[in-house]
Amino acid sequence: MKFEINNLISIGLRSFASSASSITETFHAPPNANGNYLVTLIPGDGIGPEISESVKRIYSAAEVPIEWEAVNVTPVIKKGKTVIPDEALNSVKKNTVALKGPLATPIGKGHGEYSGIEHTVVDGVVQSIKLITKDASERCARYAFTYSKDIGRNRVTAIHKANIMKLSDGLFLDVCQEVAKDFPDIKFEDMLLDRACLHIVQDPARFSDTVMVMPNLYGDILSDMCAGLIGGLGLTPSGNIGKDASIFEAVHGTAPDIAGKDLANPTALLLSSIMMLRHMRLYTYADRIETAVLSTIAEGKCLTRDLGGSATNTEFTNHIITKLK
Amino acid sequence: MLKTFARATTPIIHTAKQGFPRCVSSVPTTSQLDTTKYGGKYTVTLIPGDGIGQETAAAVKTIFRAANVPIEWEQHDVTGYTQEGDILFKQSIESIRRNKVALKGILYTPISKLGHQSFNVAIRKDLDIYASLVLIKNIKGYPTRHNNVDFAIIRENTEGEYAGLEHQSYPGVVESLKIVTRKKTERIARFAFDFALRNSRKKVTCVHKANIMKLGDGLFLNTCREVAKDYEASGIEFDDMIVDNCSMQLVSKPQQFDVMVMPNLYGNIVSNVGAALVGGPGIIPGANIGREYALFEPGCRHVGRDIQGHNTANPTALIFSAVMMLHHLGLGDYANRIHNAVKQTIRQGSAKTPDMGGTSSTTNFTLSVISNL
Repeated sequence: MKFEINNLISIGLRSFASSASSITETFHAPPNANGNYLVTLIPGDGIGPEISESVKRIYSAAEVPIEWEAVNVTPVIKKGKTVIPDEALNSVKKNTVALKGPLATPIGKGHGEYSGIEHTVVDGVVQSIKLITKDASERCARYAFTYSKDIGRNRVTAIHKANIMKLSDGLFLDVCQEVAKDFPDIKFEDMLLDRACLHIVQDPARFSDTVMVMPNLYGDILSDMCAGLIGGLGLTPSGNIGKDASIFEAVHGTAPDIAGKDLANPTALLLSSIMMLRHMRLYTYADRIETAVLSTIAEGKCLTRDLGGSATNTEFTNHIITKLK
Repeated sequence: MLKTFARATTPIIHTAKQGFPRCVSSVPTTSQLDTTKYGGKYTVTLIPGDGIGQETAAAVKTIFRAANVPIEWEQHDVTGYTQEGDILFKQSIESIRRNKVALKGILYTPISKLGHQSFNVAIRKDLDIYASLVLIKNIKGYPTRHNNVDFAIIRENTEGEYAGLEHQSYPGVVESLKIVTRKKTERIARFAFDFALRNSRKKVTCVHKANIMKLGDGLFLNTCREVAKDYEASGIEFDDMIVDNCSMQLVSKPQQFDVMVMPNLYGNIVSNVGAALVGGPGIIPGANIGREYALFEPGCRHVGRDIQGHNTANPTALIFSAVMMLHHLGLGDYANRIHNAVKQTIRQGSAKTPDMGGTSSTTNFTLSVISNL
C-alpha cells in the first residue's frame, strides 16, 4: 500500500430502496428494550460466514450496542421469478440497516446503465439505454453533499462525460450544480471521466479531501480502480444508501478456494461495518474499532496471507481484539 | 455463423523494431499509392487543435524541417472554442479526404448542452476512421512506478456510447443510447487480431461489461470470441475481462496486458489509466485508422487548455504520433531518426518538460531533439 488514499470516497448513482424522494436518508431507527440496535446480517457465501463471525466477535468484545439478525438470502422462486426471500427483505426493511458479506449471486437494483433496458433492433444491432433521471440524480447528489459535510471534507467532485453525452450526463451535472447551491460552504467542482482516471492514477492524493459523485457505471469502474491503488477489494469498504434502508457490504468475491480454511481477510467487511456505525451515529465505537483494525495492519506482525502475512483469520481477529482500548 | 464482412479490407499493421506500427493501411504494399504525393513530397493535413495544439504542432514542424522530411503540411487552424469554427472544420475534413492522411491535435468540446458536438468524434465518424490504436509503453529515462509496461489499446471509434443518440423522453428523464453492431465489432476485432499477428504479440483481451449489459456488450464479446477462432491457428490467445476488474488489474499488474480491444467509452478510460501508468498524456501517441483515411493524434486526447500558451507542453505525444504517421507513409528511415532523437533526448534528461519533472520549455525540448537528429 504505497498510496495513501484510504480517504478517497466515491458515491455512485445506485439506489437499493427506490421510492422517489429527494430527502437525504439518515438513520433514525430506535434501539430495542435492551438499548441495542437491530441490524440485519447477511453473512453471504464462500468466506462470508467466517468474516461475518470475525465482525461479530470484535463487536461483542467492543460492546457495541448492536444485536444481529442473521438472514439467508439464497434466491427463491416466487411467481416464476427469482427473488430474495421475504424474510430477508422484511428484516432489512424493519431494521433499515444491514451488513452484507459477499454473495455468489448478486442482488440489488439501480439506475444509470444498469436499468437493464436493452434490445436487439435487427440481428446484429443492439441498443442499450442509459437512463438518467432528475430525481435519482438529485437525491444521490444531496447525499454526496451531506456526506461530505458529515465527514468534514467540504469538497464534492462530480465525474461525468457531459462533453460527449450532453443530455444524459449533462442532466446529472446540472442537477449536481443545482444542489451545490444549497451547500454554499462546500466547494463543488466537476471533472471529465478520462481526466479523473488519469489524475487518480497519477496522483491520488490530490483527491484525498473530496467526495466524488457520479453515475452508476463510472462508479463501478472508478471504485475498483481505486481499490487497486490501495491494495485490492479485500481492504475496500462500501455502503449503499437508500431512503428506506441502507446496506453496507464487502464488494470482494466469495473466494470459494479458501472458504472454510480460516484464511480469509475480514478487513473489507469490518471497514464496511465501521461505515455503518458512522451511518448509525455510533461514532465512538466506529473510531475505536477502526483504530484497532488499522493499527493491526500498520504494525504488520499479524497479517492474513493476502496482505503478505501468515496469520489465520482467527489470529488476525484476536489481534484486533487485543488492540481495542 | 459470422460473416466475413471486413476480412478483405482489414488494415494490416507492420511494426518497426522500435515497436511502432510501421504501416497501417488496407493493403500494405500499396499504402503509398493511397496518399497524395506531388513532386516527391507527401501532402498531409495538419490540424494543430486547441490548447497546447499550436505549440506542439510547431515542435513537429520544426523537427520535420530539420530532418528534411519530404512532407508538405496543409494546415487548418480549426478551433472548438467557438461555434464559428464550423466552416473551417468542414474545410479540414475536405482536406483529409484529399490527402488521406492527417496529423491532428485535440479540439475542445464544450460541455454545455447548447454547444456543438465534439469535432473530434465528428471527424472520426464522418470519415469512418473506426479503429483507435494507443500504445502504452515505458520510456527509458522516465521511470515510473511500474516497469516493463507494454500494451496496445484498440478502441472502437464510431459507435457505442459515443453514438450521440440521446433524448428526453419526459421532463427530467433522459435516455442515452449505446449502439453495438456485429459488423463494426467484427472489423475492430479483426483489426486487433491482425495487429497482434503483425506485431508478434501473443494475446488479445476483450474488455467489456457483458455481465450487466448482456445484449450490447454481450454482442461485442461474442463477436470477438468468434473472430478469435480464426486466429487460433496463428497462436494468438484470447481472453476477456470485465471493465471494472480490468481497471483494477491495470493499476496493480499492468504487465499482464498485451493487446486490448474494447468499445468506445472503455477505451477512453483504459487509455487514460494506461497513460498515467507510464508517465502521462504528454508521451502517449495514437493513431486512428479507417479503410480510406488515417488520422494520427495524441493517444489520450486531452486539450491541455490549462497550460495553453505557457510553452511548457510536452510535444512527445504529437511527435511520436507523427512518427507513426511516417511509418504509415513508408518513410521508415525518417521515422526512426526522429524517434531515436526523441528517445535520446528523454534519456539524457537535460530537456525534460514540467510533466516529466523537469523545467525545460517546449522550445528547448524541441531544440534538443533536433540536436540529437
